[in-house]
Amino acid sequence: MDSPAFWVILLAAIFTNNILLSNFLGMCSFLAVSKRVETAVGLGLAVVFVCTCTSALNWIIYYKLLNPETSWIGLDLRFLSFILFIAVIAAFVQFVEMVIEKVSQTLYLALGIFLPLITVNCAILGACLLLIIRQYDFVRSIAYGLGSGLGWMLAIVVIAGIRERLRFSHVPAALGQTGIVMIITGIMAMAFIGFAGMISL
Amino acid sequence: MSLYIGSIVIFCGLLLALSVVLEIAARFFVDAGPFTIDVNNGERTLTAEGGSTLLNVLTDNKIFIPSACGGQATCGYCKVRLPDSSIADVLPTEKAFLNRQELANGTRLACQVKIRRPLSVRIPQHLLSVQQYRAKVISTVSVTHDIKELQFKLIDPPTMDYSYGHYIQVSIPDPQEGAISRAYSVSSPIDQKDVIELNVRLHPARGKIPAGKGSTYLHNLKVGDEVIITGPYGEFELDTDPKTELICVGGGAGMAPMKNLILSILEHIPKKPVWLFFGCRTRADVFYLDLYQKLSQKHPHFKVIYALSEKADDHWDGETGFIHLSVDKYLPDDLRAQQAFLCGPPPMIDAVTEVLLDKNMRPERIFYDKF
Repeated sequence: MDSPAFWVILLAAIFTNNILLSNFLGMCSFLAVSKRVETAVGLGLAVVFVCTCTSALNWIIYYKLLNPETSWIGLDLRFLSFILFIAVIAAFVQFVEMVIEKVSQTLYLALGIFLPLITVNCAILGACLLLIIRQYDFVRSIAYGLGSGLGWMLAIVVIAGIRERLRFSHVPAALGQTGIVMIITGIMAMAFIGFAGMISL
Repeated sequence: MSLYIGSIVIFCGLLLALSVVLEIAARFFVDAGPFTIDVNNGERTLTAEGGSTLLNVLTDNKIFIPSACGGQATCGYCKVRLPDSSIADVLPTEKAFLNRQELANGTRLACQVKIRRPLSVRIPQHLLSVQQYRAKVISTVSVTHDIKELQFKLIDPPTMDYSYGHYIQVSIPDPQEGAISRAYSVSSPIDQKDVIELNVRLHPARGKIPAGKGSTYLHNLKVGDEVIITGPYGEFELDTDPKTELICVGGGAGMAPMKNLILSILEHIPKKPVWLFFGCRTRADVFYLDLYQKLSQKHPHFKVIYALSEKADDHWDGETGFIHLSVDKYLPDDLRAQQAFLCGPPPMIDAVTEVLLDKNMRPERIFYDKF
């Protein structure tokens, strides 16, 4: 299969095939931790890091251990992919948690429960599974992981910026805190369709 | 077969590898201390390992912050002030116990503060004099069908310097949690420094509500048994002006602080006018009435009123109805200068507070202990 180049995958994952705005993966923390730009950037960076590293690691695990055609052992262990991918993601999140707690107490407290919950952020598992389905090679997998993380971060930072402004506007009471964010996310997703013709996966 | 073995090996091997990596990373990134904890601006300096809770560190260093739930954030007693703390640090578990002013001045629940950096903590001065005591039961008397009067002789240290309306905590052995604490008001007068007296009502199991752990333990104590208590605790400040009238209102088992206050005041400030209103359900719940009637014959400034909320027999010459009705009936309409101490179940406290406020008592002059 003739896969697109590294930078094409990277840009496509950020803009045209944004994992949040086109696949709607990773919505829970997107809605919950997007009240302030600062924390959104923090969580975004954590997701970028975890997503990139786990994409690379999970690629190695899948092709070198699980897939019978390319693995070192030749057994068909693909059924283990889900649980092992999640284990790798969980371990990485633990690692990131330690680093953030060491580097910034404020960010650690601001992210609160959503930091350990990156473990079950479906955007990350989604990226790991999609790169297997699309049969990327190692370098392209890293590009896709990095791009997905950056795309998710872009979306959450943009919505956090909008929500900061939103505090000064009169939102109909019925839409509450989250309802209006859902609507804005929809409009943002439509706006991102504008990128669609530029590059494609 | 090799498929099974292969998958088990891969699965376990990978998890093991990840755990090892995390363990190594933890060595580098998790700061395990020790950290210094500054108490009241240099008054004491403690050192603590990272990761433990502030409450445990303080208890280990013989600073006894009141805590009834044993660090589960359900009692809200272990409030301390961390001047460097900001509202953003406050955990959702603490928010239910902190009012707006406390949130603003950095008050936290000590059991919820994990030590991860050097801390500076402010503890009310009176808590620093709190000590742990070994004490021996010297008398147990059933004063009603469900209330026991227990006396403890302090062994080590031999005396406790407690004051008006103070309370102590009894450490209760618990099979699940090791030890839990329960707070009881001291009923002995303040001069009796070597003996602590408590009034404890038994809370038997009722339907799905289990029996009270503290009251069951204390009711089963026999003369000679040893207990661990910490104290004294207390925020009540008696207005010692002999002209200021004190109004004590108690109900049910809320007798202990009243006895302490009345006996102490009659001894030290005999000119001070004191009212005692006490509400019981039936004749069988009445206790200490003879004692108070004798005292009030000797001390004209001390007036005692008991009321029964359920039907009274023909021999009852006291009041009937809920106690707040008696408070309303006997007290004058202007209570601007008086001070009140209430102790009893929440509905009683609420009703009496309403009556007192109606009679123009200043809210800050009403002290209460709801249980």
